[in-house]
Amino acid sequence: MPVCRGKTFKYEKASILSYAAVVGKAESDGPYGGEFDEVLEDNKDSAETWEQAEALLQSKALKHAMGKAELKPEDMDLLVAGDLLNQCTGSSYGLKDYYIPFLGIYGACSTFAEGLLLAGAMVNGGYVGNAAAVTSSHFSSAERQFRFPLNYGGVRTPTAQWTATAAGAAIVVPESKPPYIRAATVGKIQDMGITDLNNMGAAMAGAAYDTISRHFTHMGTHPESYDLIITGDLGQVGSDILSDLFRRDGVSIDKYHKDCGLMLYDREKQDVHAGGSGCGCSASMMCGHFLKRIECGDLKRVLFCATGALMSPTMVQQGGSIPGICHAVEITAK
Amino acid sequence: MNISNQEYGELAKRMSPPSAMYKTLPLSFVIGGGICVLGEALLNLYGMLGLSQDDAGALTSMTLIFLSALFTGLKLYDRIAQHAGAGTLVPITGFANSVVSPALDFKSEGYVLGLGAKMFVIAGPVIVYGISASIIYGIIYYITTLF
Repeated sequence: MPVCRGKTFKYEKASILSYAAVVGKAESDGPYGGEFDEVLEDNKDSAETWEQAEALLQSKALKHAMGKAELKPEDMDLLVAGDLLNQCTGSSYGLKDYYIPFLGIYGACSTFAEGLLLAGAMVNGGYVGNAAAVTSSHFSSAERQFRFPLNYGGVRTPTAQWTATAAGAAIVVPESKPPYIRAATVGKIQDMGITDLNNMGAAMAGAAYDTISRHFTHMGTHPESYDLIITGDLGQVGSDILSDLFRRDGVSIDKYHKDCGLMLYDREKQDVHAGGSGCGCSASMMCGHFLKRIECGDLKRVLFCATGALMSPTMVQQGGSIPGICHAVEITAK
Repeated sequence: MNISNQEYGELAKRMSPPSAMYKTLPLSFVIGGGICVLGEALLNLYGMLGLSQDDAGALTSMTLIFLSALFTGLKLYDRIAQHAGAGTLVPITGFANSVVSPALDFKSEGYVLGLGAKMFVIAGPVIVYGISASIIYGIIYYITTLF
């Protein structure tokens, strides 16, 4: 295990009261399609542009989460939200009409874990009575910003990942019922020197290894301590690298490791190459699938580790590499 | 970290699957070749209709560009390109797609700052360096004809 500093936060009283996920068409066609709260018609619904559609995704996810807890906007104390777009467009425009105190965050695809971690800390510290972590990503708005126009006939490489059209929202309150947020480790920025824009899994796997192993060390745990270690969107390449990095320490995580990027789509039938990615990928899998399983006690203790590639197209064009980050949040049924 | 960046780079390379060239190369050859066959057929057709060789050639290019723009607008070109790779990128149809696709995409930001400004975001460099190369070639050609 590497030498590490940086504490793992322990939470005494933070639990997730309600959660919801809204996804696009391709995501609803995936293996977990039936578990999401709403599917956005033709990925745009009533929105005129892709950016507006992403804002709508986030707005709808929060609406569903608040509805389940029978909370109105005036009952809410804090929103912690972010997304992939410049100026966190999806969050700022999607959540503006709620008129709830708002903290915008950027952690690329690690945003949902970052949001949960911060919402949990604010609730646990007694600063707020409730806080929602919200995030989204949209395939079309992300492609437009980071890569090529939608109908451009460029070919994606086998290591490329598919940005999920999805949003997730979770409302954190002082302890009431499972799922409970028990601990969290803030990730360090890890630059592994990867420069390939089409290999985000490789750019993020080093950060995942660092955060997970630090979490193990601080908590005195090992992979067997958890029912599942859920990474955000490492995809096939990143998952293979993560497994290899732990094997070098004589630790095997394969039996406990699940990656949301490898679960959201049917990789045999859907053309997503190395898997899904984007803030909405892990947020929708957590809010659509995993939190339910923790709430009902099917999963007792999971380590949710959302990974983000802190990629700047400008820096990459200038010859720079792609730093990665990963935040870990430990969620339990008891 | 338990690994140096250099070692990590090698690990990442080992874990990253390469393109399945046994599949992509024949597909790009067949689809790219198909577009060229279509071009030849159009050229012959226009020739049979009585057009001169030059006019038939120009009309063939125009037809292919039109079809590419139409297929891009119908969201079919990029789907074919996913299988065709360089087969749809290299012919003149690929160039048309690279102009039409950003034009469609950035229409939402308006006709001036969106469509107009972003239309050549991909094709721009090809035009700039294509014209520059032709000027250099022209100068060299002119100099060689002086002697």
